[in-house]
Amino acid sequence: MVENSKLSVQNLHFFYKSQQVLKNIFLDVTEKKVTALMGPSGCGKTTLLRCVNLMHELIPEASAHGKILLQPQNVNLLSDDMDPLWVRQRVGMVFQKPNPFPKSLFENVAYGLRLRGLKNKSELSGRVEVALKQAGLWVEVSDRMTHSALSLSGGQQQRLCIARALAVEPEVLLLDEPTSALDPISTAHIEEQLSEIKKQVTVMLVTHNLHQAARCSDETVFMLAGEIIEKGKSQKLFTNPQDKRTESYITGRFG
Amino acid sequence: MGTRQSRGWVEKIFETWFAACAYLSIAVTAGIVLTLVWESWPFFQQVGLVEFLFEKEWTPLFSDAKFGIQPLLLGTLMTTLIACAVAVPLGILIAATLSEFMSSRMRQVIKPVIELLAGIPSVIFGYFALIVVTPFLQKWIPSLPGFSLLAAGLTMSFMILPLIVSLSEDALQAVPSSLREASQALGGTVWETTWKVILPSASSGIISACILGVSRAIGETMVVAIAAGQQPHWTLDPTEPAATMTAFMVQVALGDLPHGSLGYQTVFVVGLTLLLMTLAFNFLALQFRSRIRKSF
Amino acid sequence: METSTSRRKLFNQLMKILGLLGLGLSLVILLTLIFDLIIRGGSRIDFNFLTSFPSRRPSEAGLLSAWVGTLFVMLITAVMTILVGVSAAIYLEEYAKPGPMSRLIELNILNLSAMPSILYGLLALGIFVHQFRLGASLLTAGLTLSLLVLPIVIVSSREALRALPPNLKEASFALGATRFQTLIYYQLPSSLSGIMTGVILALSRAIGETAPLITIGALTYIAFLPKSIMDPFTVLPIQLFNWLSRPQPAFHVNAAAAGVILLLLTLSLNLLAIYIRIRVRKSVKW
Repeated sequence: MVENSKLSVQNLHFFYKSQQVLKNIFLDVTEKKVTALMGPSGCGKTTLLRCVNLMHELIPEASAHGKILLQPQNVNLLSDDMDPLWVRQRVGMVFQKPNPFPKSLFENVAYGLRLRGLKNKSELSGRVEVALKQAGLWVEVSDRMTHSALSLSGGQQQRLCIARALAVEPEVLLLDEPTSALDPISTAHIEEQLSEIKKQVTVMLVTHNLHQAARCSDETVFMLAGEIIEKGKSQKLFTNPQDKRTESYITGRFG
Repeated sequence: MGTRQSRGWVEKIFETWFAACAYLSIAVTAGIVLTLVWESWPFFQQVGLVEFLFEKEWTPLFSDAKFGIQPLLLGTLMTTLIACAVAVPLGILIAATLSEFMSSRMRQVIKPVIELLAGIPSVIFGYFALIVVTPFLQKWIPSLPGFSLLAAGLTMSFMILPLIVSLSEDALQAVPSSLREASQALGGTVWETTWKVILPSASSGIISACILGVSRAIGETMVVAIAAGQQPHWTLDPTEPAATMTAFMVQVALGDLPHGSLGYQTVFVVGLTLLLMTLAFNFLALQFRSRIRKSF
Repeated sequence: METSTSRRKLFNQLMKILGLLGLGLSLVILLTLIFDLIIRGGSRIDFNFLTSFPSRRPSEAGLLSAWVGTLFVMLITAVMTILVGVSAAIYLEEYAKPGPMSRLIELNILNLSAMPSILYGLLALGIFVHQFRLGASLLTAGLTLSLLVLPIVIVSSREALRALPPNLKEASFALGATRFQTLIYYQLPSSLSGIMTGVILALSRAIGETAPLITIGALTYIAFLPKSIMDPFTVLPIQLFNWLSRPQPAFHVNAAAAGVILLLLTLSLNLLAIYIRIRVRKSVKW
């Protein structure tokens, strides 16, 4: 196990019905850095991401075998007696398509906090504000916190979802292609925020956009057909890939 | 030979027929409204709106006849209230359980069962009310008479339950799954997700379902005709027998109705009242239905 | 933090159990009612019961006039709803231009589907019985019920037509067929099962209707069989209602027996509709 490792994936196999989607995954995710998972459609990057916060349990035909160790607690997230609620309090997720609740902006961000029993108005407001600042949305919406979240633009809604996930102060933040449904300006805005967010939280980012991976991540993992082909520091991987397949993918020979 | 004209006129006839059949629906609605208003008009000329609304007795066939709608209205409202007090909360709970806690395979088995139960004729529920529910209630309330608003109301609740469950479940299923995912990713339990996100999101559809349930209960005839009572009776006590608007109409229809007599007219007057109430509720339900599309 | 998580999970389980209890209890109650009906009335059903006329003596009373009346009324209703309901659906799906008129028609259909059935009886009383002088006859009954269940047939037929893939319709036009020919030779035959389902569901609803028929004057004591569509008649649910209204418990047994038969007919029709729907889903031929 590598030092500064926040998550240690060991020997992970994932099955959907009888099909094997992930094969023998070994991965260490460095603390407080952005790790990008990239690869062509169907390579398993999203499946891998969703194992970390146990979202695969929502699908009865799916099964994951292996270990995902969370540090410093050193617990296996995939073990049978692991409580999904406990895990999701520490591992947050933002989805590909923005999915704010049809409630006010404030109530969206405060949702996770209220679930944990936080009622104190001033504390709630304080944490909501911090989260919105981290997501880079506070300045734009501070005067309309009581408006419906659905009145925001697509990019703003996604930043709201990021704030919602950050409000509960998770240790890990999982981003599943967060900008693929957004316009370039909103995309740039969110990518900017990642450098702020990673100061507090370990980030795993699934993206099919090579350039995004190159721009935003500290480390990159390249996957193909359920396996990890190559992983390492992003700068090195993009300028000097070791594996032929990585090189082909980066140079656009397939994707 | 080969021109459009030669085939044209047969098709035109059919087209006209098709259109006429479609426009028939407007004719039926107009027919109902006009028939009721036309036949009620002489009644209101004779009796007057004030007595109709404020008199507390309805005894149209007595020599000293009184024509106050209140007893019948009260009977209808009491049974409707009892039926909905049970069916609405129970229906929403069952719908939420079906939609959020059960797998889609289980739902595929149970939904047809609910539809079958919804198809049981109301006269059979009338049988249940009189022969099973009333004696059962009498074990707990010994003073309960053989006919009561309570027995009819409780039986009616099981009659409208499948309707409310079915429509509410549809409304809940219409909420996009992405909202469920978001809530669960934030650590919410299934119930918390349902209560805090899904039910509020589906509220328009659920309210519409409940309003339709109310509308159905108001118009229900056989259960109350069989089990609630035959005499119009101004009472707020559900353990007493009383006639509802619909039960009264059936009662009079069973007797001999000389066309044009005051007795004949009272049926239409009560029918008109029923129509107005139903239209109001249907309109309300429609308003809520149209709100659904706006929220996603 | 950990204890409040386990409390939340416990509450979650509790609500799940509560909901399942509600579902289970409701099903049990409804099934109990049905079983009671079967137990009380089942044994009364025999050949004599089905072939006797009603009588003042409960042991000699039978369902003959009732189920024959039901049969005839259902036939008339079926013919009317198919002729009118399918036509209306065809107009709305194929010929109507979207606009205020078609919206008005759809609004009316929606509203009519939520009208108390007794109001249809009043309409029929005013217009069919008295204006058209049709009297309390089989014909009036058929007309009344067909108006009542028309929305069901219209909605199902529309859905059946809408479910057809549009490219086959285009292919038909490309081969030179007119709208009408496409309708007769392709659309109607292909959507037949959906339309049948609608008609069967409509009949299953009509078969149990009591209030509108009482209102038009269907008699409750008929000791003869109708010979023409203008004759007076009775139907199963009215016979049930009549026996239920008598004080003697023996008549209540008769009522239960009639109820069993009525329930059987209703459920069979519903199951038939479901069966057709499932078979169609499995054997999509295009």
